[in-house]
Amino acid sequence: MKAASFDYVRAASVAEACEMLRQDGDDVKLIAGGQSLMPMMAMRLTRPFRLIDIDQIGALKFIAFGENVARTGACTRQSAIARDEALAAHVPLLRKALAWVGHVQTRNRGTVGGSLAHADPAAELPLVARVLDAQIVARSDKGTRTLPAAGFFVGPLTTALAAHECLEEIHWPMWSGRRTGSAFTEVSRRHGDFAIVEACAQIVLDDDGRCTRASFGLGGGGTAPLAFPALAARLNGSMLEDAVLQSVAHDAANELDPGGDLHASAGYRKHLAAVLAIRVLRAAYDEARSKP
Amino acid sequence: MSETLYPVTLEVNGVLHTARVPARLSLVDCLRDELRLTGTHIGCEHGICGACSVMLDGEPVRSCLMFAVQADGHKVTTVEGLTNADGTPGILQDSFCEKHALQCGYCTSGMLIAAHALLQTVKRPTDEQIREAIGGNLCRCTGYQQIVDAVKHAAARLGEKGR
Amino acid sequence: MSNVIDPQTFRYIGKKRRTKEDPRFVTGHGRYVADIALAGVKHVALVASPHPSARIVSIKTEAALALRGVHYVLTGEEFCAETDALAIGVDAPNVARYSLAKDVVRYAGEWVAAVVADTRAIAEDAVELIEVEYEPTPHVIDPEKAVKDGGPLVHPAHGSNVILQKHFTWGPVEDAFARAKHKLSLRVIWGRSSTVPIETFGVAAQWDAGQQILDIWASIQMPKFPDQAARSLRLPGNAVRVHFDVDVGGSYGVKRGIKHTVLVGYLAKRLGFPVRLIEDRLENMRGGDMHGPDRIFDMQVAFDDDGTLRGLKIHALDDVGAYAGRSPFQLGKPVTAICGPYRIAAIEYVPTAVLTNKTPEEAVRGFGQAPTNFAIERTIDCVARHLKMDPIEVRRRNLIRKEEFPYLIPSGSTYDSGDYHAVLDKALAAIDYPALLKQRDDARRAGKLAGIGISTCLEPNGGNSGFEPLLNPKNDSTTWMDSCVVRVDLSGAITGVMGTSSSGQGHETLVSTVIGEVLEREPADIRVVRADSLQALPSNSPVGSRMAIMLGGAAAGAARKIKDTLIEIAAHNLKCTIESVEYRDGNASVRGHPDQRMTWDELIAIAHRKIHQMPPGIEPGLQAKFVFEVPTGGKLPAADNTVQIYPCYSFEAHVVYVEIDADTAAPTLRKYVCGHDCGVMITPDIVHGMTYGGIAHGIGAALYEKFSYTADGQLESGTFMDYLLPSAMEVPTITIVDHCTPSPLTTFGQKGSGEAGYLGAPAAIANAINDALAPINARIDTLPITHDALWRAMQNTKAP
Repeated sequence: MKAASFDYVRAASVAEACEMLRQDGDDVKLIAGGQSLMPMMAMRLTRPFRLIDIDQIGALKFIAFGENVARTGACTRQSAIARDEALAAHVPLLRKALAWVGHVQTRNRGTVGGSLAHADPAAELPLVARVLDAQIVARSDKGTRTLPAAGFFVGPLTTALAAHECLEEIHWPMWSGRRTGSAFTEVSRRHGDFAIVEACAQIVLDDDGRCTRASFGLGGGGTAPLAFPALAARLNGSMLEDAVLQSVAHDAANELDPGGDLHASAGYRKHLAAVLAIRVLRAAYDEARSKP
Repeated sequence: MSETLYPVTLEVNGVLHTARVPARLSLVDCLRDELRLTGTHIGCEHGICGACSVMLDGEPVRSCLMFAVQADGHKVTTVEGLTNADGTPGILQDSFCEKHALQCGYCTSGMLIAAHALLQTVKRPTDEQIREAIGGNLCRCTGYQQIVDAVKHAAARLGEKGR
Repeated sequence: MSNVIDPQTFRYIGKKRRTKEDPRFVTGHGRYVADIALAGVKHVALVASPHPSARIVSIKTEAALALRGVHYVLTGEEFCAETDALAIGVDAPNVARYSLAKDVVRYAGEWVAAVVADTRAIAEDAVELIEVEYEPTPHVIDPEKAVKDGGPLVHPAHGSNVILQKHFTWGPVEDAFARAKHKLSLRVIWGRSSTVPIETFGVAAQWDAGQQILDIWASIQMPKFPDQAARSLRLPGNAVRVHFDVDVGGSYGVKRGIKHTVLVGYLAKRLGFPVRLIEDRLENMRGGDMHGPDRIFDMQVAFDDDGTLRGLKIHALDDVGAYAGRSPFQLGKPVTAICGPYRIAAIEYVPTAVLTNKTPEEAVRGFGQAPTNFAIERTIDCVARHLKMDPIEVRRRNLIRKEEFPYLIPSGSTYDSGDYHAVLDKALAAIDYPALLKQRDDARRAGKLAGIGISTCLEPNGGNSGFEPLLNPKNDSTTWMDSCVVRVDLSGAITGVMGTSSSGQGHETLVSTVIGEVLEREPADIRVVRADSLQALPSNSPVGSRMAIMLGGAAAGAARKIKDTLIEIAAHNLKCTIESVEYRDGNASVRGHPDQRMTWDELIAIAHRKIHQMPPGIEPGLQAKFVFEVPTGGKLPAADNTVQIYPCYSFEAHVVYVEIDADTAAPTLRKYVCGHDCGVMITPDIVHGMTYGGIAHGIGAALYEKFSYTADGQLESGTFMDYLLPSAMEVPTITIVDHCTPSPLTTFGQKGSGEAGYLGAPAAIANAINDALAPINARIDTLPITHDALWRAMQNTKAP
């Protein structure tokens, strides 16, 4: 399982990477952590004629905080993101999701940008991006544009990134709200495997324990991760009583059109979707309730 | 037309090596075939089994999922680098022998790297923490039981030595 | 042989000891086949068929040959003309198998051409440039369709897809079924899985034209490997030299890479430089021919009101894939324990091996015993459920009792010794069974699905080849020996020589411990080396959990001869009778006269240098060989198809507690205890290690692993992303409790134990899951039990 031959260049900056992308046409790929790209190259499922290595670009490795948003450079390691205490406090879903991502070795190389750009439908970070309405900053030789997560994940392994674009950084909204709770869960065959179904939620409660803001999403159906803003809005004002929770979760599961594969049938995935939506919303609620 | 070769400088187990390699040569193939450090093994070449685990700049990674050119300028530690300076087994390796934490030995180098990485940051790991740390290293011989025992044993011994 | 063996009297055997082999592996100095650097070696990559069944119309190799660095492209046309077909154990001469396909391909993944190039990467580049034109033909994937007439034939010349079918009846079966109060039928299915070692198969070969010897290094675990390689290559046996000092990265039965070896051997000889093939994982999963049993059992059981079993009918259909080597014999081995550990007087066994267009099967750990144990144990639980009896009570009633040993079963094997009730009791005590019942019932009250599963199973070991003539009367093999040479050199150091490879079983530790026990010398100072196949005494390699018995027996026999020689030398020089020599720690003295003694060093010096002091008729030097034949072996099956296949029987009792999330259907193994009796353990850590590993294998087969095929004959689970090996997060903490009923047949009372754990784990886990599903009237009898299968079973419940 040796990859087909390719040329290798290192970009010293994002601008240089974009220039290389523009020049080289469609048969080039960017490589950062390589955790998703390399297996595909080893199996010769993909055979770029050139790899542009952006992994050493320091400007793409950072964690910074703005007023309402946490910014992560595209090449920031997943393990660095999981370790960061400030991120754990301000964007708790990232650490929670990363606990389900692969294994320690893959998180030490995999990057946050790589996961989003690869867009595996069962990956965890794209789901978090959807649920938090993350903004994805992409650069090309023509300039920079910001893409909302909502339109970013077009389909399995397909994003809205143009061929000559390089993902530069991701902006993660930080929720204010004293009583904010969040949860991430998934069912997979083994620990660390891609999710059969995954779910994540974030909720804010008022002093009476009523929901004032909610967001949740589901993934693993084989297409792209989904968030459910309209359904989440139905939770506002409630205390996530059984009736409203069940109806929101089942409506969300019905919106999913999962495929089946050798690991899980479509029917099982749909069933799991409702179960996990309820679990993750309840867990987020319980965490929020535990806050003074 | 032959393949383009790229210069690569790696510090492996404290020793600086230079080589000229094709871009497509994986780090594990570079370690094994160019540098003749055959203690690191290949099990799947698609990033699942963990037999190829090495330390890169102090953290465990899968060397089958890196090209050697990507490791240029970096520090690598392989299983051969876990021994004492005089070549005798270190405490972790010796604990693996004491608890018979291996049989065929093929996954062992990767296991040692994963366990070594864990013990760098968690001094007295629980069973659960050990299993999580080696969760990306597959073994078909041991059922993991004696490996967990060995890591706990090593942690206790390292603790006694104040490490 | 001694009948009364007290393990307490051993000095080295049974004691805690570090495994000799471990230090080189933990320092990264193992020597696996891919580590061996042969000057000038070239690399092989394979062209594989994408079709499950097709005619090969043409193969265009020009573009590949033109690639810089490519030396040769070999196709079946040349290869099949220049080599002989690989051996097949059953009587099916028209099911010919070669390393490369010729004219037709019979499974997706079958090797069609081999490229030899300067590097593996270039060889893979060249593989992509080879154009093969195929004409697909009808294929058959479903084994139940394949057995019927009228469908596609995998080997038309054979006339059907059935490569083996037997009908055995032992005891009054129809009578038992007619008289019994109750009868049950059930179908259980063992999914296609295998042991899948982390190291793939690899082989390197080098032809020395000057000496006319083919040197072979391989990751091998295979009886008669040098012989079969030589035969297929049309070489005399002494022109092939297999190096057994290659470390094997796990095998558990499957590394019988004879097709890889004949291919590489041929290329090495043809091309005149060393050649190596290290399978990549894709080649291994699809084309390595190392799949395991894929078996449908239709069981019928007859029993009384009180749960006493009266008769058993076992119909087993195994899908061996597109070719067969020894794999159909995996239906024969279970004959040696066909009633399990139970007293059942009447048994019918109808095994059928069928060909389909899938990757071929190979011998897997247990050689068919694990699926058979699974089928028998599910049957026991179904009997219990039918009678509303406790499954433990049904087992107690039917387990052969301690005082009944040696126990002759209807198919002709005698079980040597055992105390099944004691082992079961120990396992139940270790898990605190009453507390576990309460834990289960509490969990159920809290809304969980929770279950306890038991299995009580046999591990036959030490084997002769009795299943070969049983399943193929033309194959009259009855010898299944192993050997050891022991020598003491001039310095007084001891060396043992074995003649086969190892894959983690600790044979060097085994041999040195045994020699040390007999000679009363420190095992740590005893070196064990491996002869190559030209120097080695006969061995049948570590299969069938045989090495503790056979290699241990051979090492003890050789050491015993050395000891006898030392005593004779002492008697001659101390001028006393042999009987009055007292041997202790390698030194000898006259009994009652400790001042009249000779030391080890003195005795050695006489043996090697002082022939004037040697007793007449004793050869000089100090070396002995021992070739040990299987105890109880040496007979062909009788006319009524009864035969003793394995001499010794180890026993395992598994108790497993599982919880299933009622909403997600995800199962979790929460508690695991295994009671184990393999007689005297020579090195407990080694035995325990293999048992833990066997249980992990069993967890894989029960819950995760399957070679899954589409209707189009494509292997869907051909990578580790889809073929799921359990990690440390899927295997729970396991407690092993030991018991020892020594074997009366072996040197130290040891029985074999390499297959332990795997033979009983899937049965116990399946029983636990079914216990968990019982309250909702659901049931699942197909392995692996996936999340999805559990969920579907939970949906399809009948109203209670």
